Amino acid sequence: MTALRRLPRLLAVGVRTHVVYQSRSPLEITFAAVLPVVQATLAVYLFRAAGDPDRLIQASVGAGLMGMWSSVLFGSGGAVQNQRWLGTLEPLVVAPAPLAAVLLPITLATAVVGTYAMGATLLWGVLLFGVPLHLAHPLAFVAAVPACVLALGLTGMLLAATFVLLRNANALANALDTPVWLLSGLLVPITVLPGWTRPLSWALPPTWGARAVQAATGGGAVWPPLLAAIGSGLLYLAAAVAALRYVERRARAAATLALS
Amino acid sequence: MLAIEADNLTRTFPIRTGGRLRGRRTEVHAVRGVSFGVARGELFGLLGPNGAGKTTTIKMLNTLLLPTGGSARVLGHDVASEPVAVRRRIGYVFGGDRGLYDRLSAQDNLRYFAELYGVEPREQRRRIAELLDLVGLSGRERERVEGYSRGMRQRLHIARGLLHRPEVLFLDEPSIGVDPVAARDLRRTVAGLAAAGTTVLLTTHYMAEADELCDRIAVIARGSLQALGTPAELKSAVSGVGVLEIEAYGIDDARLSAVRALPGVRSAAVRDDGRTQWLTVQSADGAADPEPSVRAALDGLRPGRTLRREPTLEDAYVAVVSRAGDETPQAAA
Ligand SMILES: Nc1ncnc2c1ncn2[C@@H]1O[C@H](COP(=O)(O)OP(=O)(O)OP(=O)(O)O)[C@@H](O)[C@H]1O
Ligand SMILES: [Mg+2]
Repeated sequence: MTALRRLPRLLAVGVRTHVVYQSRSPLEITFAAVLPVVQATLAVYLFRAAGDPDRLIQASVGAGLMGMWSSVLFGSGGAVQNQRWLGTLEPLVVAPAPLAAVLLPITLATAVVGTYAMGATLLWGVLLFGVPLHLAHPLAFVAAVPACVLALGLTGMLLAATFVLLRNANALANALDTPVWLLSGLLVPITVLPGWTRPLSWALPPTWGARAVQAATGGGAVWPPLLAAIGSGLLYLAAAVAALRYVERRARAAATLALS
Repeated sequence: MLAIEADNLTRTFPIRTGGRLRGRRTEVHAVRGVSFGVARGELFGLLGPNGAGKTTTIKMLNTLLLPTGGSARVLGHDVASEPVAVRRRIGYVFGGDRGLYDRLSAQDNLRYFAELYGVEPREQRRRIAELLDLVGLSGRERERVEGYSRGMRQRLHIARGLLHRPEVLFLDEPSIGVDPVAARDLRRTVAGLAAAGTTVLLTTHYMAEADELCDRIAVIARGSLQALGTPAELKSAVSGVGVLEIEAYGIDDARLSAVRALPGVRSAAVRDDGRTQWLTVQSADGAADPEPSVRAALDGLRPGRTLRREPTLEDAYVAVVSRAGDETPQAAA
């Protein structure tokens, strides 16, 4: 009971700790901001070439979303791996707090740090290309970005659960990067993908998060996809919590908590 | 109820040897059936050479590793099936400079772990200040850990392990890299905790530390328990007529083997203090004084002075471990 009462504070302190920790790495922050800016530049040129200047802001936002996704993906894979390198995975596991409540703040923090990418691409678009910062629903945008952060963070949580077991989690993270941002329509709409991929897209919380953010940017219904993002994210969370019970036991059996 | 109960604890690790193609899968037997009990409030030492299985034993007891055989309970809770109940009651401190968030300050590290270890929010600030003071980091708590020296990190580890006032404390080489004065403070802290009722399981390679602190000591080598008793018992088990140290020059392996084979000699080793060699001989229980025969065996090397002293814990440890080395063949699996 007390554990439940203290959960919000535990999560808040966890997110704060890991956002601060991740924000203090000049290298990671540079990557988080620079890569999306490069992608945004490419996207702007592609969209221009396609004679679609109205969608320039979409390009900036889409590149920002991709940046957020990369941050979550490498963040969650890297988070577990980083804890292992830092030697903090063992003290975290030995703490009485449930492992899910320990890992969730880490993945949420990576999504929060990922919003630097969104900020960077928007700023870049405005400053360099004179992309008008015209948002269809500015208020909804402010709600959609955190919802998208949550959806991405919860997806990362399911990934993190599997990464606890894998000593070379980074390889899997690499393999998942492109398919997921393609399937969830972060940059290009999923309508351009073959029809059979649609169910895969729908199953990914980032799809809905991205749709909400894009609707808030370019017009369209924001709230249904926003709720879908949160709902599907919570399903992922439930799956992650269930998986973690098994994963933690496996990790204790296979001795994958320490590096040695 | 015992604070810690290990019952035939066993752990093997699968390992690969050789390259990817020609590599073989084999097993390391890290801990092979270790049993012991630690009473509440007892300060229990676990000694043994590198790779003996001390850390593996501790990690099974603190729920980080599942035993592959046997069982263990901490304050009555099974370590394999009730990990959360065990974790609530234990603290774990390990040696080395990893295991901390080095881009955060000591204070932020402790705040985070205080939350994870369930320290009441109202109590956290005071508890953290108290512990920083205890480990001598007050005044530096706002600096990032990346700028800390090795010993400072080690002290932070100790503070973290104590945050939630654990009933059972696992200390795996807690004094590694800590300067002598701080190490003495640490010993005083650990002794104080034990006096106040905390059960402590300690591993260390510093024999004097173990001798000073521990109520009882278990020596493990090659994954098996080799000796168990109070420091006095362990020492008396090797005493006989005590330890002889004979000054000599140029002792070679052949001579050393000859000395070891003498009746009345339990073990012998050579120690070099830079200028002279000393032959350290432990006499066997109930045997006659081996000094004359040892001096005779060193004939030609013109042995010098003989010093006699009571055995130290180190003598006892060396005797136990070298006996284990002789008796357990390497390939036993
Ligand atoms: N994760 C692992 N995978 C494979 N082998 C392991 C693993 N952990 C430990 N071992 C092996 O188990 C044995 C015991 O190791 P352990 O760390 O328990 O020794 P120790 O007594 O703590 O030694 P030290 O004094 O050096 O700390 C060693 O042979 C070690 O190589
Ligand atoms: Mg060890």
